[in-house]
Amino acid sequence: MPSDMILNRRVFATGLVAAAALASLPRPAQALTADAAKALVDRTVATVNSIINSGKSEAAMLKEFEKLFVTYADVPTIARSVLGTAARSASKGQLAAYTKAFQGYISRKYGRRFREFEGGKIDVAEARAVKSYFEVISTARLKGEAPFEVRWHVSDKSGRDLFFNIIIEGVNMLASERTEMGALLDQRGGDLDRLIADLKTL
Amino acid sequence: MGLNIFFISGQNLRRSLAVLAVAGLAGCGAPPAGNGINDPFEPTNRSIHAFNKGVDRALLSPASKGYGVVPEPVKRAVANMADTLDLPGDIANNLLQLRLVKAAENTLRLATNLTFGLGGTIDMASELGLPEHPTDFGETLHVWGVGEGPYVELPLAGPSTVRDTVGTVVDVALNPVRLALPEKEAMAATVLKVFSRLGDRERFSDTVDSLLYESADSYAQARLLYLQNRRFELGQGGGTAATTSDDGFIDPYADPATDTEAAAAPVDDGFIDPYEDPYAE
Repeated sequence: MPSDMILNRRVFATGLVAAAALASLPRPAQALTADAAKALVDRTVATVNSIINSGKSEAAMLKEFEKLFVTYADVPTIARSVLGTAARSASKGQLAAYTKAFQGYISRKYGRRFREFEGGKIDVAEARAVKSYFEVISTARLKGEAPFEVRWHVSDKSGRDLFFNIIIEGVNMLASERTEMGALLDQRGGDLDRLIADLKTL
Repeated sequence: MGLNIFFISGQNLRRSLAVLAVAGLAGCGAPPAGNGINDPFEPTNRSIHAFNKGVDRALLSPASKGYGVVPEPVKRAVANMADTLDLPGDIANNLLQLRLVKAAENTLRLATNLTFGLGGTIDMASELGLPEHPTDFGETLHVWGVGEGPYVELPLAGPSTVRDTVGTVVDVALNPVRLALPEKEAMAATVLKVFSRLGDRERFSDTVDSLLYESADSYAQARLLYLQNRRFELGQGGGTAATTSDDGFIDPYADPATDTEAAAAPVDDGFIDPYEDPYAE
């Protein structure tokens, strides 16, 4: 009996040591962390600021913004999500053409609005894991405006750490663009090719 | 606030709103969990939206451009005074919401701005780190457990819900400033409010213009924007820093088989998963 006790205790102790050792091992394949998500948003914000303060022409800035989107956002995923159910019936070629057109469209649309950030700044406060993604919370402080909250949703499901949604005071970019794209497609009688052609000019 | 692009005025409007309010409040029910869009009056709402757009194009937008030539400090002072005049109503609502800290903060704001802020022309309180907490009776109703009810677009007043329409009616009718001031001064307060709204229209003109005149479906965009922002303000759906639910998350990485389901089900508290579709093929 006493020997059993000792054995048990020893087993227990060994287990403890093993558990401790396991815990101290580097975590495998934890690709995206809160810090990495925060770092992505920090880099994005820094790039936005440098573009705005570059003093370049609007056309040049819009090009820079497109590069920024491609670098820091998961553009193919956003494009496809925004297209909604129509993406499922699209051919591979159509989807590729649409994604490319969307990339330019979204860069121009939001790039033009980024001017409003001139002289302002965005403070990145915190990042936390939520379900399958990370949420980074930041505060935008623009000249003459009350500060407002900007949330970034970041994922590594594309293989890289990229953001896939921005939520400004509750207003959701993906939801808003879905509504817009749905309406644009409806106006063209559901003709994806016409939508692709027109997106290039919007 | 800045999203409220139209302004309310006129007795007739108030009366018709009151009718709508009484008719609608019963249908509000409990607060919805959701993020969905409840818009049974869409055809009517759409024609009111068209009317509002016409008013904006013909009157509001040109008037705001005219008001735009007024020097910035004057516009600031007008906006600050209008905000200060809102404070007694805010405080009353804070009390009705049993949010005593906010009531105290807003009272302090009122006192600060009326004295050091030269009669409300300077927003001294914000300078001193006492930020504004605007509220309204719609929020009070929310706190009391009234659901938002169907979406409505009001003539001249713009996007709202049945609950928030009732709130607006109560706020306008029972505004402490209006009740306390003599008729002339109350009128002056209303005029100030109108100019403040014109100032908002001008300050946010890029945003408003792109929403109203550049989107493919300005009605649907305005509806989405209002509902999302309103739910955010009220701390439902959009979430505040305190909430931990995955607000606004849309999963774009999710499986397409579940996509239809997800589209039909209420969206996961604003979360959009853009991955729900794309990589599945």
